[in-house]
Amino acid sequence: MASVSVPAERPGGLLRRPHATTGFWSWFTTVDHKKIGILYGITAFGFFLIGGSEALLIRVQLARPDQTFLEPAVYNELFTMHGITMVFLVVMPLSAAFFNYLLPLMIGARDVVFPRLNAFSYWAFLFAGLFIYSSWFLGGAPNGGWFGYAPNSVTDPTRGMTFYAIGLLIAGIASTVSAINLAVTILNLRAPGMTLFRMPVFVWMGLVVQLLLAFSLPVITIGLVELLFDRLFGTHFFDVAAGGSPVLWQHLFWLFGHPEVYILVLPAMGIVSEILPVFARKPLFGYQFVVFSGIAIGFIGFGVWAHHMFAVGLGPVANTAFAVSTMIIAIPTGVKIFNWLGTLWNGDLRFATPMLFSIGFIAMFVIGGLSGVTHAVVPSDYQQTDTYYIVAHFHYVLFGGAIFGLFAGIYYWWPKVFGRMLSETGGKLNFWLMLIGFNLTFGPMHVLGLQGMPRRIQSYPASLGLSFWNMVSSIGAFVIAISVLVFLVNAIASFRKPKGMEADPWDARTLEWATSSPPPDHNFEEIPVVHSLDDLWHRKYAETEGGRVVPVAAGGSGEDAAIDEHAGEHGAHGGGGHAIHMPSPSYFPLIAAAGFPVIGYGLIFGVPAVAVGLVISLAGFFGWALEPSAE
Amino acid sequence: MASLEHAVAPPVSHHAATSTGLPSLKLAMWLFLASDCLLFGALISTYVLYRGASTTGPYPSDVFDIPYTSVSSFVLLASSLTMVLALAAIQRGDVGRSRVWLLATALLGMTFLGGQVYEFTSFVREGLTLKTNVFGTSFYVLTGFHGTHVAVGVLMLLTLFTLSFAGKITQDSAMTVELVGLYWHFVDIVWIVIFTVVYLIPTNPGPGG
Amino acid sequence: MVLGLVALALVAAACAPNATQSALEPKGPYAQKSFDLFVPVFWVAVAIFVIVEGLLVLFVFRYRHRRNQTPRIPAQVHGNTRLEIAWTILPTLILAGVAVPTIATIWDLAAKPTGDVLEVNVLGHQWWWEFDYPGQQILTANELHIPTGRPVYLTLCAVGFGYGTPVPSQGGPPAPNECQTGPPDGQPPAGIGAAVIHSFWVPELAGTQDVVPDLTNHLTIQADEPGVYTGQCKEFCGLSHAYMKFRVVAHTPEDFDRWVAEQKAPASPDVSGPAEAGKQIFLQTCIACHAVAGLETANGQPVLANGGPNLTHLMSRECFRGCTLEVNEENLRRWVADPRSIEAGSFMPDYALSADEVDQVVAFLMTLE
Repeated sequence: MASVSVPAERPGGLLRRPHATTGFWSWFTTVDHKKIGILYGITAFGFFLIGGSEALLIRVQLARPDQTFLEPAVYNELFTMHGITMVFLVVMPLSAAFFNYLLPLMIGARDVVFPRLNAFSYWAFLFAGLFIYSSWFLGGAPNGGWFGYAPNSVTDPTRGMTFYAIGLLIAGIASTVSAINLAVTILNLRAPGMTLFRMPVFVWMGLVVQLLLAFSLPVITIGLVELLFDRLFGTHFFDVAAGGSPVLWQHLFWLFGHPEVYILVLPAMGIVSEILPVFARKPLFGYQFVVFSGIAIGFIGFGVWAHHMFAVGLGPVANTAFAVSTMIIAIPTGVKIFNWLGTLWNGDLRFATPMLFSIGFIAMFVIGGLSGVTHAVVPSDYQQTDTYYIVAHFHYVLFGGAIFGLFAGIYYWWPKVFGRMLSETGGKLNFWLMLIGFNLTFGPMHVLGLQGMPRRIQSYPASLGLSFWNMVSSIGAFVIAISVLVFLVNAIASFRKPKGMEADPWDARTLEWATSSPPPDHNFEEIPVVHSLDDLWHRKYAETEGGRVVPVAAGGSGEDAAIDEHAGEHGAHGGGGHAIHMPSPSYFPLIAAAGFPVIGYGLIFGVPAVAVGLVISLAGFFGWALEPSAE
Repeated sequence: MASLEHAVAPPVSHHAATSTGLPSLKLAMWLFLASDCLLFGALISTYVLYRGASTTGPYPSDVFDIPYTSVSSFVLLASSLTMVLALAAIQRGDVGRSRVWLLATALLGMTFLGGQVYEFTSFVREGLTLKTNVFGTSFYVLTGFHGTHVAVGVLMLLTLFTLSFAGKITQDSAMTVELVGLYWHFVDIVWIVIFTVVYLIPTNPGPGG
Repeated sequence: MVLGLVALALVAAACAPNATQSALEPKGPYAQKSFDLFVPVFWVAVAIFVIVEGLLVLFVFRYRHRRNQTPRIPAQVHGNTRLEIAWTILPTLILAGVAVPTIATIWDLAAKPTGDVLEVNVLGHQWWWEFDYPGQQILTANELHIPTGRPVYLTLCAVGFGYGTPVPSQGGPPAPNECQTGPPDGQPPAGIGAAVIHSFWVPELAGTQDVVPDLTNHLTIQADEPGVYTGQCKEFCGLSHAYMKFRVVAHTPEDFDRWVAEQKAPASPDVSGPAEAGKQIFLQTCIACHAVAGLETANGQPVLANGGPNLTHLMSRECFRGCTLEVNEENLRRWVADPRSIEAGSFMPDYALSADEVDQVVAFLMTLE
């Protein structure tokens, strides 16, 4: 869309409202959900490379017994930062990238309901990540584990855990407001005719995830506040000598932490639920059951948190209750897997890279899920907990699961977002290297854990017989690294190709494929009217009585205006003669977000910065509140 | 968040229907308040867990002045009434009346806050600070979070009051007042819970007392 | 491929000759209970794995689009309610089957053992393990000696500065099975390091329980055969978490009684020459933290522990320093000379002793049989 710069009168002579939607600086003021999605994706991928490098350092240290390549202080920082990075700065924002880009398109909307709030969430996330990472240079990175158990996280004398608490508080604010934004978008901005049960599964998973975020983040917010206050202000939340309880931290952390793991994996499950039908050429088997399973997982996910605390000494009643609830949550998870298998059954399977990663997801997630069920056997968990057996489990579900699913999504939607395909050869190489490397790295960890290797130790003695599988695991980690490099080369090389992708290269089923690749700023020329689940598919194909499928003749049944596939070239004009008003870019979300890390530095280094940060943020919020959403 | 003065709808037109029929800002506010429930739930749970756990004094019975706090609670409750009146007025199109009631609500809120400041300074003088014991820690953080919420509410009320002079608060934009009202009532209800759980339900001194 | 890898790994695991900390090699009834639950559940998981992954592989091969096939759009099957119900009920039944023995074993392991039970208090410090035998009036560190064939009921307590002051066994009354919290009334806070969460894990004899400040947790272990069983702290507890190891030394009942008698005797250091000088240095510096039963300070007071391990029978132990160093002259010398060169987080101060003084102290330590 052409950009026109019109100087606007502003009270008080503040910054001119930006209007550019293209160009380098437009990325700083954008409120377009698609650009914000790309920002989330690139930033998350950058953190993925950093977090992966941290993992490689860990694996170098552990490749052989009794190594002193990394001293304990540094090692403790590395595993802590690896966990924080992968959970909060990679998988969550990568999922957010997909949600941001795709949710409005999938429901037939032009943007999210609060575009500036959306931008604010991105900038707050970025600043939170930079803030946490700045700790390496400012007195030491967090070193108490990503789970930060008190009292150790309170009593540790270095500054790192203060950065941890403040950084995650900022990230939590970003995610909470984003959750509200996206949930309202899904509930309120659906195209006419798109009832809840005509929404794609990815959108359903999106809704469940936003609600999980909205209800779990406040709990850890309080936990982090209590930790921060204990460290900074001498309060006694986790001070046992004063009557405080370290178990309170664990409850607060895991009441968030367990829903968090579903926040991490449900988006990938949604992605896989979209990809399998397209590459099997038949609908998702049991759509309603898949949706209900997702909702069930969301609910039950709030009732299993103490399965992370089986060895804490809560007592047999609590342990029994949580063992049972944990087993119960395995059921909807299993239902999903069977439905995915049902989708493959009798399909016409084509193994483009998105499909390979999706099948890989299923294969790896089954393993992770099964090891998870063995954890629910509490007396056995007394042996498994805090060992590499657990490390194996969660990497199978979070890497083999979430990351594989996200990579499937990257390959699938790349042509939509960037107007070019990623190379299939590169993709296949990426997939197979990643699958092999991943299993080499994490498969042996099941064995290592059962053979006596605890977590979070920088070395192990040769006498324990752990050397062989540790070496295998470390080699596997470097294979993963190579596979990621392959992806990077593939990604960069794709930009050398000319832009010029058709709207629907995969012959897909959902609405984002009904508009150009990439979509115009306003997403659709006309908001579509939806008549069924998989509406795009049904515009292309009609089902006969016997379930046979015939393509719809070009020109369609003419019920409503056909969706214009070449919208990008025209100017913006909607049906009925109205001009489409898109929300205008704005500086204020960035400014409002920028105050938070300043407040954070102030809490650590000196009060004046707190005041400065507050002023910046308040100026941002007031400016935002007083400017109209579109000019 | 979109500007206060426009009813929020998808950017296509001002009056596009939403899929649920509920205005988006209102739905967002309800979601936010639900989320905030968990925030206070965690804080109140902390307080309840640490009831009777302090190893040294002062203890709640040493410092609480229930009659005093009852009065300030009543002040906050009254502010919810004035808030309702402010909304009713603007929904009728009576900007002037609404302005008065908005100011009244803000002033009552500020009175409540002032009362808390006085109450806390007297507690400090009696030896109860954030660092004294777990009672001080959990009490001040819980009431401090609530007080911050009240302060933010007062800020929003005064902003509305000021904007009303610029003609920005009208019958058409009554939803803005309704949103602030929702928030304000929530803060009030949370206080009722805090007042009951913290002040009214008696606490045994604990291992130290 | 993955199945093969897993099977291979497990075979390798079960056959690993060197693994001395393996949960798959239970050496006592309590570890056996965890193992006996794990094995059948594992095989059920393997069966499910084979079926599900097998179906996945089968479908991938059977329904792949072959190049010479005419392109087809398969029948658009939307679901099958009966199948959905079936594959919801079946896992439920399997899980119910797993749940019943699980719950039974939870309660079994939670019960206090009856019969001829040995009670020991396990005190977790940053970053070493202390063992207090209230019935035998013994205080030792790094090595937990137990008799075979008897359940050993452990009370797990976290200790740090101002919290969980070690239970005074020697010369004091037997301690109750309840962890201490603050220092005794009227006493100033004492101890070293922070009271944080640890976890006591000797996998061949039992699963873990955490050592949590503010909680009194219990764990029962029992060894069938005499031997040495290694263990370590499993819950991240700070800088030197990886150094916080211990050994359980199981004796026949007669040998155990002999060990008890040796440990109960106060130190009778046969000091002469350098050891005498070392003893003097010890009494001036080391008793700030370490205790030796039978020694007296200049004021005639018994030397009691204050945050460091009891050294009365140091030479009867095989390991020290969180059981990461063998007890021998060389290691003792390195440790006393510069603790932080061995363990970066150690709270043991560097008293800048000269080489001669170090030799003297070590000579004294070596008399503590």
